[in-house]
Amino acid sequence: MSRMPLPYNPKVLDLFRNPKNLGKMEDATVVAVAGNPLCGDMITFYLKISDQDVIEKATFESYGCAANIATSSIVTEMIKGLRLEDAWKVSWKSVTEAVGGLPSVKFHCGILAVGALKRAIRKYYKDKAAPPKWLQDEISFEEKQALEEEELAKLVSKRMKMEEK
Amino acid sequence: MIDNVRELLRAHEGLKHEVYLDNENSSFVPQEIVDAMLPYYSKSAYGNPTLTHKPGWEAFETIMESAQKIAACMGSNVPEDVNFTPGDTEANNLALIGTASAMKTRGKKIAISEIEPLSVLHVADMLQKQGFIIAKIPVNSEGFIDLEKLENAVDKETILVSLSTVNQEIGTIEPIKQALETVKDKNPHTVFHTDATDAYGKIPFNVQEMGVDLATISSYKIQGPRGIGALYVKEGVNVERILEGQIGTQRLWPGVENTPAIVGFAKASESVFEGFGDNVQRMQQLRDMLIEGITERIPDIKLNGPKGDKRGSDNANISFLRCEGEALTIELSLKGVYVSSGSACTRRLLQPSHVLVAIGRKFDEAHGSILMKVTRYHTEEDINYVLEVFPKAVDRIRGIVGSTGVG
Repeated sequence: MSRMPLPYNPKVLDLFRNPKNLGKMEDATVVAVAGNPLCGDMITFYLKISDQDVIEKATFESYGCAANIATSSIVTEMIKGLRLEDAWKVSWKSVTEAVGGLPSVKFHCGILAVGALKRAIRKYYKDKAAPPKWLQDEISFEEKQALEEEELAKLVSKRMKMEEK
Repeated sequence: MIDNVRELLRAHEGLKHEVYLDNENSSFVPQEIVDAMLPYYSKSAYGNPTLTHKPGWEAFETIMESAQKIAACMGSNVPEDVNFTPGDTEANNLALIGTASAMKTRGKKIAISEIEPLSVLHVADMLQKQGFIIAKIPVNSEGFIDLEKLENAVDKETILVSLSTVNQEIGTIEPIKQALETVKDKNPHTVFHTDATDAYGKIPFNVQEMGVDLATISSYKIQGPRGIGALYVKEGVNVERILEGQIGTQRLWPGVENTPAIVGFAKASESVFEGFGDNVQRMQQLRDMLIEGITERIPDIKLNGPKGDKRGSDNANISFLRCEGEALTIELSLKGVYVSSGSACTRRLLQPSHVLVAIGRKFDEAHGSILMKVTRYHTEEDINYVLEVFPKAVDRIRGIVGSTGVG
């Protein structure tokens, strides 16, 4: 195990202290989760989507570090009022930039946040008759990373339990 | 990066009270100890203790007197038993690698516990790659070592056993005397090392009464300066050097002796061992006030390690369920309470503490763990302040978690 210095910038600190759009949304159109408490990193997004496929409101809950909280919060800010097609274009890099940068060991927080967002969008269209053309069948980089993180956590947890025996 | 850190520090301006409880990872040095060290930088004893001039002889006298004091605090009357090193990490490396080198023709087996500090655990892993055979003895849910498994692990080939007297993270006071008897009954030639960094100055600890061969102690763990520790080596026990260079008064560690740090270590030892019983009782009271106060005020927590007399006098380690540790440490810091979390973020996964995993804590329980160590310098007012701040901090972080990850 190694430790690294974590010099969070003022924007991350501010979002950690005063997170925007925090909390469960009772009337959400779609709810999506990424990560796992085993990873120490988990995000829930609640999206209220209009009939015209516009995100009217987005909120989040987060089990994780300051970077996890800050990136989740900024994503809810970035996608408010966007059409789903445009929200889909949000990348983990743009999220990292929007919080003013992150220590490299925390890049995965921004990736997980975008992974959760893309899952939410995909989930929304799953119940619709025909998904739009811009939504690829192939899962995005962030969704893939979220999936890998979840699998990795399960694997490590299982291995450590095996070692105990 | 540095600008970010300056901003982080600015966010702490105007704190009405500050309480440092991260004494596992580094410590403040009280002014009386700093004052005792200062003259040795510029006024006297700044020479090399092996050279033939006055500042050298002054250094020699100072180092030997300091070693004598520290030896006495450990229960030895031989100052040469105290081998100064730059810290407990180095002393543990010296104990393991130095013994393995000296004994490699007698056998290849080494036994440690699953909950040893990384300076034992990782060194054992390294020795394993070099062909030594490492047994890691399991512990129970309170961190007590399984003596039967220890007995089974030791045989004629076992050259070294290394077990901490008090666990550095969860404070478990191990049955070291019994462990040592168990080991020596099976193989009297096995060298017995104990990392006593969390025992020295915190619980009754006497190398002669216990009969250990090697023991690691550390200065900063008793609020002495960083950069100095020692390996006690019983007369006649063979340990080889792990670094080479100019050898001076310290036969096991080359290089110029750090006389002011050695003085600080001796001063801190004197300060904790004068009125030892009172100091220990005081730490126990503050520790219990902290643990009980948190237990009363905050729901959904788990104490890690045993309660009461079987716990190191300074140690409090608590898991806050549905609460991520790093976020909690930052929240507490902004309120002037400084603690550390048991998990560290390495790339994609938060790595839980190996000690908490070994006692059967689930990953998410380990991720919400906070380690605190009180000192003889803390006051009831300090603990009251911590108890005032803590519930609000946990509440806020749990508020962000909401229903995420529940169930």
